[in-house]
Parts: sequence; structure tokens; C-alpha cells
Amino acid sequence: MLKLDKKDTTLFLVVIAMTLLAPFIMNPFPTDSGLAQFNAGYPDLMQRFAIFGIFAIGFNILFGLTGYLSFGHAAFLGVGSYAAVWMFKLLSFNILPAIFLAVLVAAIFSLAIGFVCLRRSGIYFSILTLAFAQMSFAMAYSVLSNPSFNLTNGETGLQVYADDPQILKGSGPDATHLFGLEMRNTFTLDVGAWAFQFNLGFYICAMFLILAFYISLRIFRSPFGLILRAIKTNQTRLNFTGTNSRPYTLAAFVISGMYAGLAGGLMAAMDPLAGAERMQWTASGEVVLMTILGGAGTLLGPILGAGFIKYFENIFSKINDSVLQSWFSFMPDGLSDFFVSIVHPFVGKGWHLTLGLLFMLVVTFLPGGLVEGGQKIWSRLRNKDKDGGAKSTATTPAE
Amino acid sequence: MGILEIKDVNKRFGGLQALSNVNLSVKEGTIHAIIGPNGAGKSTLLNCLIGKLIPDTGTVTFEGQSVLGRKPHEINQMGISRVFQTPEIFTDLTVFENVMIPCLAKRDGAFQLNAFKPVLGETDIIEKAEQMLIDLKMIDKRHEIASSMSRGDKRRLEMAMCLAQDPKLLLLDEPTAGMARADTNNTIELLKEIQEKRGLTMAIIEHDMHVVFSLAERITVLAQGTPIVEDAPENIKGNKKVQEAYLGGAHE
Repeated sequence: MLKLDKKDTTLFLVVIAMTLLAPFIMNPFPTDSGLAQFNAGYPDLMQRFAIFGIFAIGFNILFGLTGYLSFGHAAFLGVGSYAAVWMFKLLSFNILPAIFLAVLVAAIFSLAIGFVCLRRSGIYFSILTLAFAQMSFAMAYSVLSNPSFNLTNGETGLQVYADDPQILKGSGPDATHLFGLEMRNTFTLDVGAWAFQFNLGFYICAMFLILAFYISLRIFRSPFGLILRAIKTNQTRLNFTGTNSRPYTLAAFVISGMYAGLAGGLMAAMDPLAGAERMQWTASGEVVLMTILGGAGTLLGPILGAGFIKYFENIFSKINDSVLQSWFSFMPDGLSDFFVSIVHPFVGKGWHLTLGLLFMLVVTFLPGGLVEGGQKIWSRLRNKDKDGGAKSTATTPAE
Repeated sequence: MGILEIKDVNKRFGGLQALSNVNLSVKEGTIHAIIGPNGAGKSTLLNCLIGKLIPDTGTVTFEGQSVLGRKPHEINQMGISRVFQTPEIFTDLTVFENVMIPCLAKRDGAFQLNAFKPVLGETDIIEKAEQMLIDLKMIDKRHEIASSMSRGDKRRLEMAMCLAQDPKLLLLDEPTAGMARADTNNTIELLKEIQEKRGLTMAIIEHDMHVVFSLAERITVLAQGTPIVEDAPENIKGNKKVQEAYLGGAHE
């Protein structure tokens, strides 16, 4: 199907099912139960899962395949967001032209930056991309937002005002929409104690995520992808094999820049606002974390990593002391206070600490990320099934 | 006229004259060895051949075209393949993928954005790579990851990668350096076999005499940046100048 082999087709179908059924999967706990705060099935967060999934999939095409570690990918995301919001300001709230321009502008931008940065490899490449991204951030934050030429609206962030031209708007809706269907439209399905929310914006993002995943799958299995992997392994040999690695790395860079632009455009499409902080180096670092945590160079890894980090950011950070108190309230007073004070640094504002620890554990014990962890568990289970656990040594990888 | 012509090449690093007036001609279909003691300028000469260094004066031509100042991939596109001192292979990829890449590069040139064709649909490339692995008796290892193989197998794989491109000239830079005797002998056998089957032109830079005398049809001896003798192996063995170059230091 779709020019994929059997294994890839299965993988693709699993991804489609997971994405389309996300409102159910992310919402496992009944609304009134104490665990409801661990539900992630609300539109805002699910949109973010999909958008950052796209961002990480694109980043993985560059980092996972060629091994070039870019520390400036957030710049392309930010540029995409600005382009999209400008389309809203000038044309109308229809998301299609906005997303189209976001991808196009990000492509041009990444072509220019990639052309310069890819003259170097390794740490120098990373630093160059970081420098360019910070330059873009500074430009967006201050340089390009003076009264005579206001492209980014500086600190406030670019947004749509009532007196903007919006020449194509006519009688169209006053919020982002796709030919009249507003992104914020949500249908709630009540089943027993559960309330599942189906949001149009999320399904638009999900469609793009599926498309993004499909394209990345095809790239991974193409001769182009094979040569990108060869670049990661041994560039000297590749050059002496008659291949010029520069255009290949540049193509990978631009493709991943376009993915970032798409993610940025979608972000603006869900919420028509673009701020400079989207381009900051912390945002670039985040996508690196997502990719490595999930498994760089794997197909599924970036999506898992993105989901994992966004889940932590939004769920763990909401657990405050009163929530903790209620968890440990079954214990005697002194003991519950003790446990609360122990857990306290790891949740709420301290969610970064938990994430950091998890990241350390994953990188140390599972260099292949969560995907490798999953594969290890899977192969161990299968071996146990076959030989009743007798041959468990066979699964330990030879190092 | 040889396929590879080196004319009046000079190269100086600061005060050291690394190559002085090197003239050399590699004839088509022969195995030509370039030998010499350490510091004789073998590596400098090789680096001039592959475009890494540009000589101060002189020309290096391959089939009448200058190779000087060209990038590695351009030199390869001209028909020159190179075998490195330590096998340079794609260690993270499987043996089969390793051989597919040179086939792809041969067909597609320096760059081709075919991001949406599945690799598995490239039947011509797959057939060619399979044939190459059968020729070099590696077909049973096709799914192995290249880094897991022995040094001798890595060398064999590297040869397969080079041969998959049907090069006109194969450059070998100390192909047996640091190898155990058994691996060395295997490599010699492999090279002989290739030469017999394909009549390939090879230029070998080497200082292991055992390798040189079992392979080469023509030998050039370099000493202090100058070729002192060029002759058939049987004449080189008895040559006085060569003995001096290798052992002479002790008598001075």
C-alpha cells in the first residue's frame, strides 16, 4: 500500500490509528476521578502534541539521518508563525494560505542559513546554527519592530487587530478557520463518566502529522535517505564514492526547516499569535531533547519524545502542593507532610527536574531512546514466549 | 602514454622539499607499486593524486585530464577509486547497503534528490550490488552490520564498494598496513584475483616488500622525494640504489 512494504504499512496504520483516536487514548480516566488531572485529552494539549510531533519528525530528518545537530531549528518555527500571522492580517483567517506561506518562508530561510552553516560540521555547525537562531530571535524581538517598519511587533508579539486589512475576509468568521469551519469547534462526546473532546483544530494538526510522518517514512526508505545515513556514518568514504555530500545535507536541512515552518504555521493557525520567544534557544534545545529522548534516527521516536515532553510540561507542572496533600492524605499527618515535601521539588514548577532525571536515565541506559526501550521489552517478551524465559541472554545486545 | 601521468611534480613544505621532479606513468592494465622508506614522500604524492594537496609545480593527468584542484567526488567521477589504509566503510550500515551506495553514486552522479522512490524498487542497483557481493564471496554476510566484521572482511567489503563502480584506476594506500600475516595474504590473493578477472589498473603505495613483490608488475622507488628507479620487480630486488635507499643510512 502507498509504496510501503508490509512492516512500514503496519507502522503507518498504527500511527494513523493512534493519532485519530488520540481523544480517547489521551483521556483514560473518568472526569470525576482523582486521576482526571492526568488526562491529556483536551484540545489545546493534543494540538501541541501533534504540532511538536511534526517539528520533531522534521528535526529527525536532519539530525537522525545525517547526524548534523542543529541548535537553531526554533528559528524556522518562529519564522513560520510570523508568516502565518501576516497572512491572517493581510488576507483572512483561512489557515491554508497561512500554512502555505509559513512553509515557503521557512524553506527560503533555511536554505539561506543552511547554505552558510553547512560549510562546517560537528560542533562548529551546531554553534553556527545557534548563532543564526539567536540573531533571528534578536531581530524579531527588537530590530524588526520599530515604528517605521514593524514586522514582528516585538515584545507584545504579532497578532491580528480589528483595523488590519484582511482583504479576503468578507463576512468570514473572526477566528482561524478552514473555509468557514472554525479551528476552535469542539464536539464533546459524553460516555458514562468520560467526556471525550473532538476538536477540529486538533484533527487538522493530526492530518498534517500523518502526512508529515508519511513523507518522513518515504524519505527514510529512499535512496536519498540511504545516502543521508551514509553521511552520518562516514563522509570521507561517501565523498570518495563520487557523491557530493553538501547538496544532500542542504536538502535535508531545508526539508527539516520546512517541517519546522509547518509546525510554526499550525501553531499560529490554532492561536493567531506569534511571539519572538518561539525562536529562542531554549525552544531549539527542546526539539533536540524530544528527538533524543524518543530515539534519534528512528521513525516513531520523535513523535513519542515530543508527546512525552509536552505531557510532562503540561501535566506534571500542574501538580501543586494541595494536589499532593490530597494524594497523601490517607497517611498520618507527620508522614504525609514528609512525603509531600519529598515529592514537592519534582512536580509543579520543578517538573524540569523530573524531566532532567528521566533524560539522564534514558541517555545512559537507552541511548536509542524510548523506542529502543520499547524494542528491548518487546524482544524480551517474545523470547520468553518462545523458550519459556530460558534463553533470555540472547536478547542482550553484543557491544 | 599511461592512464595516469605525473609530470615534474614539486611540492615543498616550508624548508622541506617533499617531492622534487617526480615523473611517473602508470600504464593501463598493470599493477604499479610506489615504494620507499618512511619520509620518502609516498603519502604526499598520493595526496597530490587525490586532490588533497596541490603541487607547487607540475601536472597530474588522468586520461589526459588534470586532476589537480578537483574535489574527491569529482576525482571519483573521473573513474578513480581509492582504498584507504584503514578500511573506510559505512560502519553503521549493512554490508548490502554499503555496496548499494557506490552503485547509486555511479548511476546518479554527485547529487540526485530521489527522496520518494523506495530503495527496494531500484532493481538495477540491487542486482548490481548482489552480483558484486557474489563475486567477492560476501553474499552470505549481506545483512550483517559492517562494523561487526573482521578487519579482513572490512577490506574485502571496501574492495567490493570500489569495484562496484567499475573504476578505471584503483588507488591503494598501504592496503595491508597493520594487518596480521594471514589477513595480508588474503588481501594479496584478493587483489590478484581481481587483477586476473578484470584487468584493472592499480597503483599501490606500500612499504611492505612482501606485498609489493607478490603483486606489482612495475615498481617505482621513491627516496627523499625523488623517484630513483623504475623497473620490474625482479630487477628492483638486486638494484644497488634501492638497497642504499633502504639500508644506506647505516653506512653513512
